[in-house]
Amino acid sequence: MNDNIDALIAALPDLRSGVFITLQLTVGGVVLAFVIAIVLGLAARSPRWPARVPARVLIEFFRGTSLLVQLFWFFYVMPLFGIQLDALLCGVLALGLNYGAYAAEVVRGSINSVPKGQWEAATALSLSPARKLRKIIWPQAWAIMIPSLANLAVMLLKGTAVAYIILMHDLTWETDQLRQDTGNTFFAYGVGMIIYFLISYAMVLGANALERHAKRRLGQGPPKGGLFSVRITDKATTDPKPAANAGSGGAGVA
Amino acid sequence: MPPTDSTAVAGQPAIRFENVVKKFGDHVVLDDLNFDVQRGERVTLIGPSGSGKTTILRLVMTLEHLTGGYVFVDGEPLTHMEVNGRRVERRPKDVARTTQKIGMVFQQFNLFPNMSVLENITEAPVHVLGRSQDQARTRGLELLDQVGLADKADEHPTRLSGGQQQRVAIARALAMDPEILLLDEVTSALDPELVGEVLGVLRDVAKSTDITMLIVTHEMQFAQDVSHRVLMFDGGSIVEEASPDVMFTAPEHERTRAFLQAVL
Ligand SMILES: Nc1ncnc2c1ncn2[C@@H]1O[C@H](COP(=O)(O)OP(=O)(O)OP(=O)(O)O)[C@@H](O)[C@H]1O
Ligand SMILES: [Mg+2]
Repeated sequence: MNDNIDALIAALPDLRSGVFITLQLTVGGVVLAFVIAIVLGLAARSPRWPARVPARVLIEFFRGTSLLVQLFWFFYVMPLFGIQLDALLCGVLALGLNYGAYAAEVVRGSINSVPKGQWEAATALSLSPARKLRKIIWPQAWAIMIPSLANLAVMLLKGTAVAYIILMHDLTWETDQLRQDTGNTFFAYGVGMIIYFLISYAMVLGANALERHAKRRLGQGPPKGGLFSVRITDKATTDPKPAANAGSGGAGVA
Repeated sequence: MPPTDSTAVAGQPAIRFENVVKKFGDHVVLDDLNFDVQRGERVTLIGPSGSGKTTILRLVMTLEHLTGGYVFVDGEPLTHMEVNGRRVERRPKDVARTTQKIGMVFQQFNLFPNMSVLENITEAPVHVLGRSQDQARTRGLELLDQVGLADKADEHPTRLSGGQQQRVAIARALAMDPEILLLDEVTSALDPELVGEVLGVLRDVAKSTDITMLIVTHEMQFAQDVSHRVLMFDGGSIVEEASPDVMFTAPEHERTRAFLQAVL
């Protein structure tokens, strides 16, 4: 075990740079996916076919071809046409396009699930289509889409592991190095797993904070709670009575 | 500016339905409907469920697509006009200019939950009419005072009762200084004890302004008190048309009598 710890300490700088690459891929991928999701998601619900049809084609295409194959294309096939892209850029493009296509459906669906009455009230006030979307519909759709988008972002983080295929020294690659250095597969992948989990957990916490903020803006009771707490309803936190009951009930059982 | 844009002529009715046809798929809801609402007139539409009352209001607000015929507002075509004998759609920009004169209050209030009460009211005056924030806020606070909610300006709409929300919605519509106000069963979603406060506000508006109103309501006493004229609809056409006093006490048609008996 001590050998493992020594190897881990020796590998820390490499692991750190692996984490850094993974984070670059994740952040780049999430940002690109978000932009693509908004553009394609809005275009896909346009009443005009010159906007809607290409958006649908792109969404279906990038959802229907695997991330791995897209990555191969950017990294190994494009150079055949004289387009040589940096590995990080390839990773970000593939991740952004693939997850962006999924996220576009989330954006489209969330916008559609804002009650019709909101659109109609905005129309009755003569707000321009752009203002209607930006100031009335988007803030409401945003609160609806955050959990699904966060889910996709965590999947994207896990998807960054394919970067290893295009020779990037990301967290997965460095984890494998640690395995080779220690000869202990269980230990090395255990370390890798914990690091991935910590990053994704940080993302989930961030998303929860965003969702609370978005919902508070809509006057919906914020699902309050600290880092490790299970979500409890607004009422339970503001009204001491049910909490006290729950406490005494628990004591009674104990 | 094309000449068709300034056809508003003094003395034209506020609203004119001319041979209006509205279908949902194959279902004909309005078939060759004609009626006028004069400026400053308050007209109430009554009639059984499904007779097309809501559809009429939604056509005026351009929330539904007009299948056939024409709607005019202040003499201007609303969404369709006749050019060289052909029925053509008006440009969205021109339609928007006309619909600015029209306000609507909905059964479900439809306040914007992402804005405070006052922001709900000032959003359109600032961003559509180009008023300054200060102007819009001052007027918004006046209107809130008028509907009895001066202390709720910074409140979140979801924290208000239904009756309060609907009064905010009325203030929001009035903030656009509409020439025409459309009210579609604005008290139907309210608990009975909250109906009075909303009708009170509307009586006030009716008394203190000359806004043309097209009203759909099941509150017959209110209809009798505020309207100049009542139209009884059935199956998408006008069965009877009378002053409220006549309509509610001595209706001519059997169908009107049966309907009123059922609701009163
Ligand atoms: N979006 C729609 N699609 C299909 N049919 C519709 C639609 N909206 C209304 N209709 C139909 O049009 C007819 C008239 O409806 P409308 O809502 O105008 O009636 P109403 O007089 O307002 O009735 P109520 O008193 O119940 O509100 C009804 O038969 C209704 O089913
Ligand atoms: Mg109706």
